[in-house]
Amino acid sequence: MVKGTTKAPGRYEIRLAGEGGQGLILAGVILAEAAAIYDGKNAAQTQSYGPEARGGASKSEVVISEGEIDYPKVIEADLLLAMSQEACDKYYHNLKRDGILIVDSVNVSRVPTSKAYRVPITRLAEEATGRRLVANVVSLGVIVGLTGIVSRQAIEAAVSARAPRGTKELNLRALEAGFRAAEELKAQVTG
Amino acid sequence: MTAQFMQGNTACAEGALVAGCRFFAGYPITPSSEIAEILSYRLPALGGKFIQMEDEIASLAAVIGASVGGMKAMTATSGPGFSLMQENIGYAAMTEIPCVIVNVQRTGPSTGLPTSPAQGDVMQSRWGTHGDHPIIVLSPSSVMETFRLTVTAFNFSEKYRTPVILLMDEVVAHMREKVDLPAPEQVEVVDRIQTNVPPEWYFPYEETASDVPPLVSFGQGFRYHITGLFHDVRGFPTERLDEIQPWLKRVFAKINNNLSDILMYEEEDTRGARTVVLAYGSTARSARHAVRLARARRHKAGFCKLLTIWPFPEEAVERLAHTAKRIVVPEMNLGQLALEVERVAGRHKVRRVNRADGEMITPQQILEAIEG
Amino acid sequence: MHTELREKHEIYDYLRHSKKFPVMWCAGCGIGIVLGAIIRAIDRMGLDRDRVAMVSGIGCTGRMPVYVDFNTMHTTHGRALAFATGLKLARPDMYVLVVMGDGDALAIGGNHFIHAARRNMDLTAIVVNNNIYGMTGGQYSPTTPLHMRATTAPYGNIEPPFPLCELAKAAGASFVARSTVYHATELDRLIEQAIARRGFSVVEAVSYCHTTYGRLNRLGAAVDMMRWLKENSVTLAQAEKMSPEERETKIVRGILLDREGPGYVDLYDEIIRQAKAAENG
Repeated sequence: MVKGTTKAPGRYEIRLAGEGGQGLILAGVILAEAAAIYDGKNAAQTQSYGPEARGGASKSEVVISEGEIDYPKVIEADLLLAMSQEACDKYYHNLKRDGILIVDSVNVSRVPTSKAYRVPITRLAEEATGRRLVANVVSLGVIVGLTGIVSRQAIEAAVSARAPRGTKELNLRALEAGFRAAEELKAQVTG
Repeated sequence: MTAQFMQGNTACAEGALVAGCRFFAGYPITPSSEIAEILSYRLPALGGKFIQMEDEIASLAAVIGASVGGMKAMTATSGPGFSLMQENIGYAAMTEIPCVIVNVQRTGPSTGLPTSPAQGDVMQSRWGTHGDHPIIVLSPSSVMETFRLTVTAFNFSEKYRTPVILLMDEVVAHMREKVDLPAPEQVEVVDRIQTNVPPEWYFPYEETASDVPPLVSFGQGFRYHITGLFHDVRGFPTERLDEIQPWLKRVFAKINNNLSDILMYEEEDTRGARTVVLAYGSTARSARHAVRLARARRHKAGFCKLLTIWPFPEEAVERLAHTAKRIVVPEMNLGQLALEVERVAGRHKVRRVNRADGEMITPQQILEAIEG
Repeated sequence: MHTELREKHEIYDYLRHSKKFPVMWCAGCGIGIVLGAIIRAIDRMGLDRDRVAMVSGIGCTGRMPVYVDFNTMHTTHGRALAFATGLKLARPDMYVLVVMGDGDALAIGGNHFIHAARRNMDLTAIVVNNNIYGMTGGQYSPTTPLHMRATTAPYGNIEPPFPLCELAKAAGASFVARSTVYHATELDRLIEQAIARRGFSVVEAVSYCHTTYGRLNRLGAAVDMMRWLKENSVTLAQAEKMSPEERETKIVRGILLDREGPGYVDLYDEIIRQAKAAENG
């Protein structure tokens, strides 16, 4: 048995997990694209999903690194976003000891640690834009706001570039709602 | 060109277009469908043709038909569809019609795990069709390599008049990475050899110095015959041994005499390595990760990545086996290319790392094999 | 006499004399008559033979292309239409004829047959229907009539046969016609019209296999089976005067469907025009 982590230094691993149809694969793509194209780092995005077009478990993984990325999947997550109870239960054990857990409190009631960030992501999406569908973009705002793993400009550019025609403003509003939620959480922690 | 964040399947489609592919026939199947979707959108504007056929058998048949008509042609599929294509792969090999078959491997057998990766079709890609036949199989491990090897697949196919299989896997197909694609004019593109003789002198299967006879498309005044039966130099069926034997000799020679062109592999730190990890496809990423970790822990480990898996690069592996104490072969199957490594290196030198449950092999698994 | 000589010469001119004669078909087989009809149709139309392709699958009829001086392709069993589809799309300027037997077209290739018809793919399919797998030794096919014997139906066939022309019509073909190898000149005229029609055209050439089917069912020699075709087939006009019960027992000859409509090639050309316009605009 190999002792210690097999993670290379300088790797940051993010796992976005929930159900099919929540837009998590796209969220992973946008986050990785922000890092790779707009921040000029290396990033790899992979996914696993069930055979269903909607529903079923869905997972998107993003590895961001200053150096080359060989193994493209999460070894030990630095950050886990759980958009469903099942995803939270299934992947929490693979979160690094000091890793960040963000849950959508609308969908996840049982949280395994008191250190989790509970954010009503789906509700924030609805409040900010009238559409639950953009919960994935809200979650990006929360992740970037909390970690700064990519720059604000980069995530804004990536969201704008991937937004379907005519929905750029709406998506940026959703992103902003995520940023605000992250600011409030940080204020609670420090305050 | 500027950097783009791109999926492996997209890179495959883009590589095909740059290589000159103007015909695609396919049947929807996860995890390859994006290739068909992209080409259905892109081909018409280039004057190319896309058609969704009624099954994978028909798809490869249409691809071969289009190639006979002079278009560079491709299909893309996954395990179950690849199984259905086997008979027509043999037809393409027998008739020496260039075509590219992309197989994005998923976990099998049967319907298996449609959305999960595997490398279970290594042997099928070599021996799936009945009868002895030459074949070239390439396997990319990154998005950029997928672009590059798709172009190479077309080039080999045209240059050697042979079906070429691009053996991808679900990880490489669906993974997104940053790529900086070269401008199309900077990419070397090979077209099939044309003849300079008049129609009455043209023999589509004649012996030539390169062992690859020129291939004239239908409709250009040459009016020859193509058949899946053994045939003479004109393409007419034959049962004569003095015509069958030279054909067999030539079609194997055209591959075996050009190994220095066809065999592609990359080595890192293999000189003086006690343990070499030999891998291909997405598993090569886990392998390289593991080798770097091992070296950081002062293990004398080296890394070798095969881009061409068939024909199998025997001499390279023999050389590695000569200097290294152990060759670790990780694969997302229960031991397929390892059989070839064992044949060349001897069983005692090879350590297999396998899984066929739909998950990638982790760097940790390979590290354990290096250290253990 | 004069006409006969001219015809002989015509056919001779289209054959490949360098290799492979005599033909591999049994003496008395109807397939050669179909080949003759195809050649006469092409000759009468004055088609440039460089632009004619003949694609086949496997079986006795599958061996037809090797004898003629066109662009010829002998493919895998049942898949001729799929190969031809690719060829036609790559070379829309070519006349692509697909010759198949009943097993080739309707059993192993049945799915390709209905989808080529559904797409209205611009191909001319000529199906030589001899009700049996001849080359492999007389096994029953999807057009073997009920109760008839075959080497794999020693107690009589219990599977109802496919009505090939009805199938083509229902699946979306543009042109469907039927004749027999006894009616050789009628056959070549139908083939001529089938080639001329855009979209998917089907000609059923009813033939026989005296070597297997005829022998197993005691139907006599080739001449007897030919005579049967003569006596048991009627024109469409004759058929219309018959009661449904009587018609059921006859082979109805003539053009069973002829409709105008865009073929796949024309429709795809329109997509190319649109895509190029969008690219440039």
